[in-house]
Amino acid sequence: MKSPSYHAARWAEPIITELGSEGRCGLFIEDAPDALDLMPRALRRTSAPVLPSLSEPEVFRHYLHLAQMTLGMQGVSLFGTCTMKYNAPVSEAISWRPEMAETHPLQDPETLQGSLAFIHGLDRMLRSLSGMDRFVFQAGGGADAAYTHCAVTRAWLAARGELGKRDEIITSIQSHPCNPATAATAGFKVITLTLEENGYPSLEQLKAAVSDRTAALMIGNPDDMGIYNPEIREWVDVVHRAGGLCFYDHANFNGVMGKIRARELGFDACMFMLHKTFGAPKGGNGPSVGAYGCSAELEPFLPAPLVNEENGHYRLVQPGAGASGHVREYLGNVQQVMKAYAWTLAMGADGIDEASDLSVLANNYMDHRLSTIRGLSHSHPHLTGWRMEMTRWSMETLCRETGVSVFDVQRRMTDFGIDAFWLSHEPWLVPEPFTPEAGEMWSLEEIDRWLDVLETVVAECYADPETVRTAPHRQAIRQLDQSHINDPARFATTMRAWKRKSAVIPA
Amino acid sequence: MTTKALHRSRSGAHPWMANSTDGLKARMLSAIGADSIDELFRQIPDTHRVKAPIDLPPAMTSEVALKRHLRDIAARNAHGETHLNFLGGGIWQHHVPAICDELVRRQEWLTSVFGSPESDHGRNQAWFEFCSQLGELLDMDLVGMPVYGWGCAAGHAIRMAARLTGRSRLLIAGPIAPERLSVIGTYCASARDESVIAIERILPDPKTGRIDIDALASRMDATVAAVYLENPNYLGLFETQVPEIARLARAAGAETIVGVDPLTLGVAEPPARQGADIVVGSLQPLGVHMHGGGGVGGFIASRDEERYAREYPTFLVSIAPTVAEGEYGFGLALFHQTSYGMREEGKDWTGNSTYLWTIAAAAFMALLGPQGFQAMGRRILANAHRAAEKLAAIQGVRVIHQGGFFKEFLVDFNATGKTVAEINRALLGHRIFGGIDLSAEQPSLGQTALYCVTEVHTDEDIDRIAQALTEVLAR
Repeated sequence: MKSPSYHAARWAEPIITELGSEGRCGLFIEDAPDALDLMPRALRRTSAPVLPSLSEPEVFRHYLHLAQMTLGMQGVSLFGTCTMKYNAPVSEAISWRPEMAETHPLQDPETLQGSLAFIHGLDRMLRSLSGMDRFVFQAGGGADAAYTHCAVTRAWLAARGELGKRDEIITSIQSHPCNPATAATAGFKVITLTLEENGYPSLEQLKAAVSDRTAALMIGNPDDMGIYNPEIREWVDVVHRAGGLCFYDHANFNGVMGKIRARELGFDACMFMLHKTFGAPKGGNGPSVGAYGCSAELEPFLPAPLVNEENGHYRLVQPGAGASGHVREYLGNVQQVMKAYAWTLAMGADGIDEASDLSVLANNYMDHRLSTIRGLSHSHPHLTGWRMEMTRWSMETLCRETGVSVFDVQRRMTDFGIDAFWLSHEPWLVPEPFTPEAGEMWSLEEIDRWLDVLETVVAECYADPETVRTAPHRQAIRQLDQSHINDPARFATTMRAWKRKSAVIPA
Repeated sequence: MTTKALHRSRSGAHPWMANSTDGLKARMLSAIGADSIDELFRQIPDTHRVKAPIDLPPAMTSEVALKRHLRDIAARNAHGETHLNFLGGGIWQHHVPAICDELVRRQEWLTSVFGSPESDHGRNQAWFEFCSQLGELLDMDLVGMPVYGWGCAAGHAIRMAARLTGRSRLLIAGPIAPERLSVIGTYCASARDESVIAIERILPDPKTGRIDIDALASRMDATVAAVYLENPNYLGLFETQVPEIARLARAAGAETIVGVDPLTLGVAEPPARQGADIVVGSLQPLGVHMHGGGGVGGFIASRDEERYAREYPTFLVSIAPTVAEGEYGFGLALFHQTSYGMREEGKDWTGNSTYLWTIAAAAFMALLGPQGFQAMGRRILANAHRAAEKLAAIQGVRVIHQGGFFKEFLVDFNATGKTVAEINRALLGHRIFGGIDLSAEQPSLGQTALYCVTEVHTDEDIDRIAQALTEVLAR
């Protein structure tokens, strides 16, 4: 592969607070000068906010330039664990119509029948995919859905008189950090199981961890290494026998959708990420939706409100007196629910089944090519079978032989228009990890291009490691110097803080 | 070579799946040396596979059909353009400048995931500019990236205060929206008694609507982690006693957390100048539509002191130099203290949030600038007070507090002999969404509604609601 012809836009846009000229204003508001008298005197602002003064076109161009300096999915992004997926403009466009965008959540439900129909419609489809009895969409992301589970578990425990008695949640070291973190925030003690030879914790380890203090198991499957725990049914039985609930973190649903149902495996609850698996956009980190589904037994403990349907008419209902409080205001990101509804409908059962086929096929195709590239290895090399929709790889050998780190490779690939790949959640169980995930959207040509770029960069690591280490060279900016990013005397989340700190400690 | 037969409902590839052809599947299978796609799923025991088929409606692969279907469902909603809207309470109908919509729909950031500081530089700069401008509005130096909503921001801020002080009592002073209160309650609850944050409410003085300082003082002691209040409060009134409240809290070693509507900050003194330690609020008024509730997002800001910085559960986007002279980029400060770095030892948790809205908000703040924020604040004050005056002139209708509010005010219908529910139902016939019915959530107020009036309401709109109410009440 030749050296890249790609080059990112480099607009060198100053920080917006440094732009402008006194007297300009980009949004004319019909002023009401006398209205200041309506403000309590003691509360009137004594000096105007030090914001930039800019005309509308200046602001517009500035942010368009910033958009152009964002690579994201404009190249090939196989960002593992996040399931980079097509976000179809057909549903995006609907979401910006006033029928969706200009609705208030406290409108009379009679005037929100459209939104409630989307919510109920997706609820029904997710029930079919998971076997659960009810879904809610209040959670603003996958982690928030995990938190929802913790809140529901508390409410369930309280109803059984076991709150305070059952106060332990079990997870595994390969489960997403949001599981232990939300459990701890909700006041549970966290027990983390470690991986064993097969790539997952043994049933014996789980048996030793459960007790009459077990409130719940929170676990993902398959994990980010592409390994499916075949004993998961037995796991659920063990936890149930101990008196706890089982929550399935379905972040990695893309490889198993249409193939398994959480409820059929015995789980009491599960979570889907609509901004990953179900085609809603990620927005660079939200607004997202963690769709939380549960069994009929847990339904009374869901945060309000629920949407019920009768003959095509929708009502908001309260789940029950012992329900959990809200995890977020209102019904959730309704516009994203609509987009996920649209995605699921457009795919259909066959399309969804085919998408998991393609995700797993493409990942194993990638594994096949990656295994021919020098310096790379995958986790648990003794497990030679097919992996699920992603595989945890390592650049340990490459790093040892060339001194180039996985971060350097990541940055260098951006010089070819390939946005940063995913490494691994912490702790790194595999040194110098990286985790590509092809999903069902990317074409074989695009997957091959991604692999060609990686191959080229790896060759460069051996031939010219300095070029890789000093990358990127063709990006919006040069390599960021993060040496002071963790020093409270130096880092700055606002321009005003930066100016103050730079005056004390010159850069 | 066996591949699954193509799907009955269509011939050829699915429009969103480039590899959904027999030929490409066969090519990949051949490359890896597998006989069938089914073989690749061998890790999953047969007993785990779905028992009954997945029962979904027939695939709507046609965009023609899909668009029509979505449109038809969406059309069952009424909204703020078909109806005159007076609902607020935590999400409000404000003007969204056209460029905000145009910008957030840009594919580059709409579809992006995290990326690297260099390759996703533009989006990261927009994030930093959101924090920088919000910091100017709030007069605070440390601003985190937002969380899911105002209630969530308050919940995290309260938990920060509990960790900072090692205390577990929270005083909530003044009225608060039930939605936010419920979220705060969830954040303060715990699976173990010893880590519960106990919430105590200090209700407002019913006459003035403002916080009863004596009641607050009587509960304030060295076991209080924080006092949380909102300004303006849920029922619309500005609170003028923030300095006294913050002094009481400080004397007891407690943190003062203030929730604020950022659109007030062109005309209202920022809470930081009145003694607030941590400030939270909604970013939705800053260029984000209501989206049926999907427009909410909550910010957290504080003084730029290490003790606060070390407790943030949010991402902290910091400016930093690059290797090129004079060039800057953005990275994550104190990443390790989040749950991504420390799992259950991290500060609460961090996850997908509402970052896309920071781009709308950054553009919004830059558009308005200092002049725009002042004009906006005065315009909203003028419109809301004009509306209150008009409604108060209707027979049997009383506006409880004639002044001292921003964009929301209490309308008392008790003397009309009608319930707010009846009135609002009748107003729907006039294509009007009446104010929030408080009769269930604030029983002491009887039949009272919370009306919200902003810069989007014209004089004609205000005349229209007054006329409609007059007619409805005369019936």
